Amino acid sequence: MTAVLEVRDLRVWYGTARGSVRAVDRVSLQIDAGSVLGLVGESGSGKSTLGRGILGLLPDGARADGEVLYKGRNLVGMSQRELRRMRGPELGLIFQEPMTRLNPLLRIEDHFKETLEQHESKLTDKEIRRRSLDTLGRMGIPPTRFRQYPHEFSGGMRQRIMIALALVLRPSLLVADEPTTSLDVIVEAQILRILADLKENFDTALLLITHNLGIVAEACDRVAVMYAGQISEEGPARDVFADPKHPYTRELLRSTISLDTTELHSIPGAPPNLISPPSGCRFHPRCPDVMRVCPAKDPIETQPDPDRRVLCWLHGPETEIPDGWTAPAERARIAVAEEA
Amino acid sequence: MATAAVRLQRRTVGIRRALAPIAEARGMARTMLWVGTGLTLVFVLLAIFAPILSPYGFDQYQSGGHRFAQLAHPSHSHLFGTTVQSTDVLSRIVWGAQTELEVVGLALAFGLVIGVPLGLVSGYFGGALDRGTVLFMDAMFAFPPLLLAIVIAFLLGGSVNSGVLVAALAITITYVPQYFRVVRNHVISVREEPYVEAARALGAKPFTILRRYVFFNVVQNVPVIATLNAADAVLTLTALGFLGYGVQPSQGAEWGYDVSRAVSDAASGIWWTGLFPGLAIVLLVTGLTLLGEGLNETINPVLRRRTIARVDFGAPSLEPPSEILEP
Amino acid sequence: MGTQSSSLKRYALTRLALVVPMVFILLTLVFLLMRVAPGNPVSAALGGHAPPAVIKAISHQLGYDKPVYVQYGHYLGQIVRGNFGTTISDRRSVGSIILVNGAATLELTFFAMIIAIIVGMLVGLVSGRFRDSPLDTGGRLFGIVVYATPVFFLGLLAQLVFGTWLNWLPTSDQASPITQALMKTHTNIFFLDAIIDGNWSAFWDIVKHLILPATTLGIVYGGVFIRLIRVNVIRTLKEDYIEAARARGINERSVVYHHAFRNALVPVITVVGLQLALLLGGAILTETTFNWPGLGHELYVYLQNRDYAAVQGIVVVFALVVVAASIVIDFANAFIDPRVRY
Repeated sequence: MTAVLEVRDLRVWYGTARGSVRAVDRVSLQIDAGSVLGLVGESGSGKSTLGRGILGLLPDGARADGEVLYKGRNLVGMSQRELRRMRGPELGLIFQEPMTRLNPLLRIEDHFKETLEQHESKLTDKEIRRRSLDTLGRMGIPPTRFRQYPHEFSGGMRQRIMIALALVLRPSLLVADEPTTSLDVIVEAQILRILADLKENFDTALLLITHNLGIVAEACDRVAVMYAGQISEEGPARDVFADPKHPYTRELLRSTISLDTTELHSIPGAPPNLISPPSGCRFHPRCPDVMRVCPAKDPIETQPDPDRRVLCWLHGPETEIPDGWTAPAERARIAVAEEA
Repeated sequence: MATAAVRLQRRTVGIRRALAPIAEARGMARTMLWVGTGLTLVFVLLAIFAPILSPYGFDQYQSGGHRFAQLAHPSHSHLFGTTVQSTDVLSRIVWGAQTELEVVGLALAFGLVIGVPLGLVSGYFGGALDRGTVLFMDAMFAFPPLLLAIVIAFLLGGSVNSGVLVAALAITITYVPQYFRVVRNHVISVREEPYVEAARALGAKPFTILRRYVFFNVVQNVPVIATLNAADAVLTLTALGFLGYGVQPSQGAEWGYDVSRAVSDAASGIWWTGLFPGLAIVLLVTGLTLLGEGLNETINPVLRRRTIARVDFGAPSLEPPSEILEP
Repeated sequence: MGTQSSSLKRYALTRLALVVPMVFILLTLVFLLMRVAPGNPVSAALGGHAPPAVIKAISHQLGYDKPVYVQYGHYLGQIVRGNFGTTISDRRSVGSIILVNGAATLELTFFAMIIAIIVGMLVGLVSGRFRDSPLDTGGRLFGIVVYATPVFFLGLLAQLVFGTWLNWLPTSDQASPITQALMKTHTNIFFLDAIIDGNWSAFWDIVKHLILPATTLGIVYGGVFIRLIRVNVIRTLKEDYIEAARARGINERSVVYHHAFRNALVPVITVVGLQLALLLGGAILTETTFNWPGLGHELYVYLQNRDYAAVQGIVVVFALVVVAASIVIDFANAFIDPRVRY
């Protein structure tokens, strides 16, 4: 399969008075046409920044560095004008909170009209209407509601309108940033169904950002686990869940609640401060398997299986670990130091 | 003893926390705060030290048996010139600062004392009392504030002798509905906050809740409104003075009154009798407004702006702690 | 759209029903205010040196010798019938004062409002759009200084510069005496009367007289808009739907004009209504400064004459105008913003 998007060594840092926040720090990933990549992590791990960084939608004071190759073209450093033209017809974005994402003073019709007119100026009013209604119809919004205002719709319906608004331009890549977090469970299932069917209906590649591992298991082909601005593990969703290689992934999976959960598990400690993250492996202060090498040297990415990668000293490369540094380190001491 | 000390300490911590955003204010907000404070301070000092700073009395038209010239150009002996009554324009401005601040201070105090408790009680207890008060205050809002102030000053002018008091009361009446509305609406939103619910659930008495939980939360808005209203009050006072109400010419110097006397001078090209008192008004109101806006911008999170620093990707990479490095 | 018009109608009826008790309180307030004033209103208005017999006769004629509650009932009944009373000092009906002098105030405030909106939108939108740029700093400073300038002081400066020194424009009255003598009256609004007659020399004379007062009042009042519009633009540009529009690749021009400015201006409409009270207050000062024969000027004159009946009538009119404007504004708002109707 061909890659729609290839991110290479991407960094997105925010400048603040107290120093740079390394929200995304040397991240690489790839999404193939018609496939779904899940991006999971705790809040504050940089997953939303990564999603927005791909589209170049960053707040003032943020800077990106590295490569975001969309169909071979690097989006980093592209002019705002060119980027704007690509947003919509090439790259779509769906947000977490659908209630406030539609302009309250404009009808649903106006939103579609504006979007289509800006990107496909040759369309007639009739074609605009036909295409909008067709896309909305596939999301389960009847044509009778086309001329209504946003406040006349429920949250789930608004999210479907947002998805339709993104898909009406037929983008090759859709980034969905926690699209179901603010919705109730039944609506969540409907939205996930729609997203999972994207490849059949629209042949769109999807980057699904979520903190919910259940959603990944259900809807994603591959999964990338993000911790403190870095990808700690990436691979086919089924394999990663069956056999997690990174201690963080393992702990994360143990923390999820399911029907056969008998006792609640949580990862001790808190996600690190991204202005001055821990040295070496960023997870080492919370890692149950921490070794002496972990705080001392940045981990190197390895491939335990041909289509999996992991960023952890447990998987080598052994040639890079000095003799005797695989001995366990005292986690408690480090954790206390970190909190102080 | 000990509890009093603890309470005092708690209070100073609270004040320090409340003032923290002011110390952290940057950029435009900081400039506005400083310039506003500076300008306001100048007038406060003028008012306090008027007897020392002012060359003459506010209604003095002669010195040492020698009568001042009428409508004299600004000169060495009269820096800002003299008026048609031979009074010294500069002296009237200095003494005027005293009048303005006295009236505005009184009006603010009256307005707060009446409006804030009314808003607290009305908003917290709700019901018929609240509906009635709101309707009444809304009716007050329908009057142009200046019109209301004029009518009150006109009505009180006959029975109250102190012009300062008349003006202060006239201004108070126009601001009570504002304090009332702001405080009431805030109380209504705070009333449903979980911590107030919790206090109620624990059996705290209504007035305890009002005093300890609601009041301190609500009064945070008051400095901003009070400062901005002070600016507005100066404008109302000078407008009253311009129309001949409030402080009477025999009782004190008032800038608005001075400008009204200067309107007839303007036709003959005499500019100093109007320009200087007018500028005094503009500067004092600008000072108070900058102070209020600066406060608003530092306290109000909607307007506050994150400080942004430049990102440097070339920054030195992280040094591992040396103690762990030693094998 | 049937549902839309019926929901609008329902909204209108509710809004109107809420106004009735408010107007009642308002009228009572004015009545009480004028009755607590010390002294006999008739003797006050006649200058305090009229013979007691005359005062008694006029008091009787105007009903001031009846019990207060009878006077109150009479007052309310008259107002419901559109009669705002008669002045004591010169026995004019307040209704005719409203027609003649109200027209002058309308002319002044209408053009002042237009100038205020133009100034406020230009400076406010630019300031908010280019936040923290030198343009913004300049715009804000302008807004604050303009707000801090009393309208009568700006008027004085305008008279000094454009009247006395440059001698470009007249500084008092609504038109020159000759124009006033030669003009026919249709609407009492000089500006319109001149257009109806096609009398262009009178029209030009009227415009010249209008420029200084309207601009003075308009600029000062525009300061309110600058602050408000700027904050609204800043707030709106932070809205989620703005980011969503950018994510759809809507160009910055449309984002700013179509989404941000439009939405930022909606709350401003409400404030236009609320601030009408402020504008009318400013009109009192402007009219006094420029000797403009409007309601504010008349109020000033009747206050000087201590004519309680005239003051009462004019104050009631001012308040009713503000209430009526707030209703109109609310309807306009309901029409523009679909959320209000629900």
